[in-house]
Amino acid sequence: MDFGILSLLIFLPLVGALITALVPRGNGNALRGCALVFGLVNLVLSLRILDLPMDGSLAFLENVRWIERFGIAYQLGVDGISAPLIVLACLIVPIVIATTKHIGDNLKEYLVLLLLMEVGMVGVFAATDIMLFYIFFELTLVPLYFLIGVFGGENRRYAAFKFFLFTAAGSLPMLVAILYMLWHHREVTGDWSAAYQALLAHPLPAGAQMWCFLGFALAFAIKVPMFPLHTWLPDAHVQAPTGGSIILAGIMLKLGGYGFLRFAIPIMPEAAKAFAPTLLVLSVIGVIYGSYLAWAQNDLKKLVACSSVAHMGFVMVGVFAFEPNAMRGAVLQMLNHGISTGALFLLVGAIYERRHKRGLDDFGGLASIAPAAAVALIVTSMSSIGLPGLNGFVGEFMIILGTFQKLPWIAALTSLGILLGAIYMLQMVRRVCYGKPTSEEAKHVTDLTFGEKLAFLPLLILMFWIGLAPHYLIDRIGPAVDLILKPLSGS
Amino acid sequence: MDQKTLVLAIVLTPFLSAGVLWLLRKMLAPALAGAIGSLAVLLPFACSLYLFKQMPADGAIQATLARWIPLTGGASVDLAFRVDALSLTWTLFITGIGFLIHVYSNGYMKGDAGFTRFFIYLNLFVGSMLTLVLGDSLPLMFFGWEGVGLCSYLLIGFWFSDMENAKAGQKAFIVNRIGDLGFLLGLVLIFREFGTLNLADVVAETTRRVDAGTLVSGDPTITWIAIFLFIGACGKSAQLPLFVWLPDAMAGPTPVSALIHAATMVTAGIYMVARLSVFYALSPVASTLVAIVGAATALFSATIALKQRDIKKVLAYSTCSQLGYMFLGLGVHAYTASVFHVVTHAFFKALLFLGAGSVIHALHHEQDAMKMGGLKKYLPTTHRTFLIGCLALSGIPPFAGFFSKDKIIGSALLSGGLGFWLGVIGLITALMTAFYTFRLYTLVFASPERLDHHTKEHLHESPAALTMPLQLLMVLSIVGGALSLPLHLPDVLGEYLSSIFAPAFKVLGAQHEHTIGQEIPLLLLGTMIAVGGAYWGYAKYNQGPGAEVEPAKQGLAHTLENKWFVDEIYALVVVGPMRVLALLSGFFDKYVIDGLVNGLGNFADSIGRVVRGLQTGTVHTYALLFVGGAAFLALVLL
Repeated sequence: MDFGILSLLIFLPLVGALITALVPRGNGNALRGCALVFGLVNLVLSLRILDLPMDGSLAFLENVRWIERFGIAYQLGVDGISAPLIVLACLIVPIVIATTKHIGDNLKEYLVLLLLMEVGMVGVFAATDIMLFYIFFELTLVPLYFLIGVFGGENRRYAAFKFFLFTAAGSLPMLVAILYMLWHHREVTGDWSAAYQALLAHPLPAGAQMWCFLGFALAFAIKVPMFPLHTWLPDAHVQAPTGGSIILAGIMLKLGGYGFLRFAIPIMPEAAKAFAPTLLVLSVIGVIYGSYLAWAQNDLKKLVACSSVAHMGFVMVGVFAFEPNAMRGAVLQMLNHGISTGALFLLVGAIYERRHKRGLDDFGGLASIAPAAAVALIVTSMSSIGLPGLNGFVGEFMIILGTFQKLPWIAALTSLGILLGAIYMLQMVRRVCYGKPTSEEAKHVTDLTFGEKLAFLPLLILMFWIGLAPHYLIDRIGPAVDLILKPLSGS
Repeated sequence: MDQKTLVLAIVLTPFLSAGVLWLLRKMLAPALAGAIGSLAVLLPFACSLYLFKQMPADGAIQATLARWIPLTGGASVDLAFRVDALSLTWTLFITGIGFLIHVYSNGYMKGDAGFTRFFIYLNLFVGSMLTLVLGDSLPLMFFGWEGVGLCSYLLIGFWFSDMENAKAGQKAFIVNRIGDLGFLLGLVLIFREFGTLNLADVVAETTRRVDAGTLVSGDPTITWIAIFLFIGACGKSAQLPLFVWLPDAMAGPTPVSALIHAATMVTAGIYMVARLSVFYALSPVASTLVAIVGAATALFSATIALKQRDIKKVLAYSTCSQLGYMFLGLGVHAYTASVFHVVTHAFFKALLFLGAGSVIHALHHEQDAMKMGGLKKYLPTTHRTFLIGCLALSGIPPFAGFFSKDKIIGSALLSGGLGFWLGVIGLITALMTAFYTFRLYTLVFASPERLDHHTKEHLHESPAALTMPLQLLMVLSIVGGALSLPLHLPDVLGEYLSSIFAPAFKVLGAQHEHTIGQEIPLLLLGTMIAVGGAYWGYAKYNQGPGAEVEPAKQGLAHTLENKWFVDEIYALVVVGPMRVLALLSGFFDKYVIDGLVNGLGNFADSIGRVVRGLQTGTVHTYALLFVGGAAFLALVLL
């Protein structure tokens, strides 16, 4: 049997979840330690998949027959788009495990859910069979639902239900579209197949493409999230426990952009071209509107959540400009957003847990009270607003540069996000880090612990590494992106 | 060591030092940290002096550190640096003056809790500024451009416990970002037009197209590029309408005002326009715009400087005004004259700010000139050096500012048409400059003492760490004019930079040189105006501030003291509506979009009730169900 590295990355966390479930409940350190070991081993293993062929083709292929009646197979493979996302997922999970605090009696379930999330997240990026992709896509939904609904804040049930409803509403039309694709493939070739390459080889007729694309687009646009389907996100983020927020921002939002890039656009190029203007306009609105929303917030978590809407708008502009530099930038920016916003939630969560307050005006003077936390927050904010030398700049720069070559007005409007981003982030930094503590309690916020610093460190290193040496990733992203763009440039 | 290594050493040393100081910040004694930080600027200065001696004026040294951003079509952007006459001119005064200001900071910041942090930021600034001028491509220039902006932000808000300082830093960053958008759009437009972002290649390709006749003066794309880039320059170099951040930036420690907000960073806009002068030569529209904005800023800021009470604010508005002169020079194609004024201004404005710092240091952070007077008795060295700085700023011969300012005004007047009238504005501004400079000098050093008893008790001349840089800058402010003499005397700087501006002048065609007969009356006129203005300022305030001791209640004086109410107008017209829009967005999201969602949600609630049957409320059940389901799936998959 063909059991490769990708399967290992998917199922090792599952084994980890099962073993963690066997550890005695009362022993928090043993539980955490057990989950962490599995997370870290998976991270180390995942680095292997960055060794990709330079022609952009899928690598580390695995193919096991599964539901043969419908041509559904257990098919895996990664390219320069999915491999870095898998590594990021494998990094984020141990970071979350390491910083887990204040969970209470159900720590075991929490850790098990985190490892199960990893199963789904690695699987969804590795799957090249579209049904398998769908299954993993849905599989990520369940643990996150429980993470929010069980371990969340005071209004968790509303937030979890809203999250579930939005996502389910999106994925049902996608399922219908997938089933239609399978049926169509059989109509054309006589065989059932859900394989990526097979679907690419037999494109749908133009009319059907439109409907199927809509089904996919709804599911992915909700995940991104794109305006006006974004309102589940701030609620989910505010109510989710810190770890849930980090995973949501770090990885889950990328499912949308990734889904467009891997499936919706290459399989339905005609429809993608037809819908691109609409999606571009919505993305630009997302950038500007999301930024204004973030500016209006007084709640730290909400502010970061709204900034995600703006940043993911940037990503979607880069995707739908259908321009090589812009699309490279979009993939890179998905990673960047995962790193920076993941780090922001890590820090905001750490600050929140010290005071159980999230208001921008509940702190003040953090730079003198908790200098390490303040420095980390400032550096991450700079990464988020695209300061050159850090990761965010490279992605935004490539998106704007590339988009401008084809759509100057879209690029110009998108670039307003760079200005607005500076406004809402810097006023957040100012109100939280500078001035004097706003209350007696705010004077006694403790600084980041050694463990928190250690968990933040890899994200910090990535910010600088991608900022200064982005070519390592761009060299891998580039060929994969060019393969996606190829069918779009014809006709 | 070969030249390429030297180039990399110039850029990297300050960054490395900042990193080392950061890592060892808790271990190093402040004195040692200050010494390391200062040496990290002295070394690049030595390297650039060596390169200056080695490299011919029309030469260039290219050094690549690493790959950076690969772009399709082979237009990749590397971390690569290029030394030529223009970038080396900047490098020399950035590191030279930068070193003196580092030395000064050792004394000025002594005892400050953030001493090491200050040197980290200063080193980071010098590194970024060197990246800005030495970067061989527009993105790398932008890297430095934003890097110096960050350092400026951090240093303005250096004493961040005071919210006002933090606000000033934030304002600087955001106003600069407006300009940066212009820079970015100019950059992507250049890429669209030329398919490369390498500065030397862009200039070479432009020249080639001009030679081939495919690019002619007035080309609309070039005009747009030039205008967008100029918007960026307006932000960084504090020109109308984006100048508002610079006066507030005085909230930072005074050495920062001298280094960043007078001598170096604010000249980045001039550097960019000079670097791409060929575009401005090709675009009469953009050049005219540059000249108008420059002259308008020069005049406007000078009027505000007339009535400021804060010693640093006078100097800050004066900086805006002098930068305006430099843009006026660029706009009338007097490129060398502008660069000349950048250099002399760096000498005398750094001197003035450091002198002001010495005064502030001696008076325990008193900055109100109305409360000073008679300080020449107590601070003899500071007084002597500050006076030279004032003479240079006022444009009184033979001090440095006289030659450079006069070159710009002369070029404007002789360029004819609109340029003539902009030159006249330059002359009026020169009169005001001399007046407000000597108003300040007299109020601080000459007029009768107005110190309170407590301040006077502690009054003392500053230590050598402060006065030594003052002395050196004083010498430079005296002899700096020799770099580019008028009347067909040797023009060292002009010769040195001639290859840089050759593409621009090739486009512009033959420039008729000013005759000695034209220059002499101009020099005389400039001298008369400067001496007259200076004497007027001195005579008016020699007996003290008079009625100005109290803030004016109404009239022009009131308006000028309040800076023409520009901040208030911006708050009303720009910031206010944007805030309202933000609040409206929040409202719209909460009640309109989410209102719809919740309406749908309530409808779905009935469906939800069915699902709720599954929710037993214990986590065990959920987990069990989920693990069971996952295990089942796994079995099926295998």
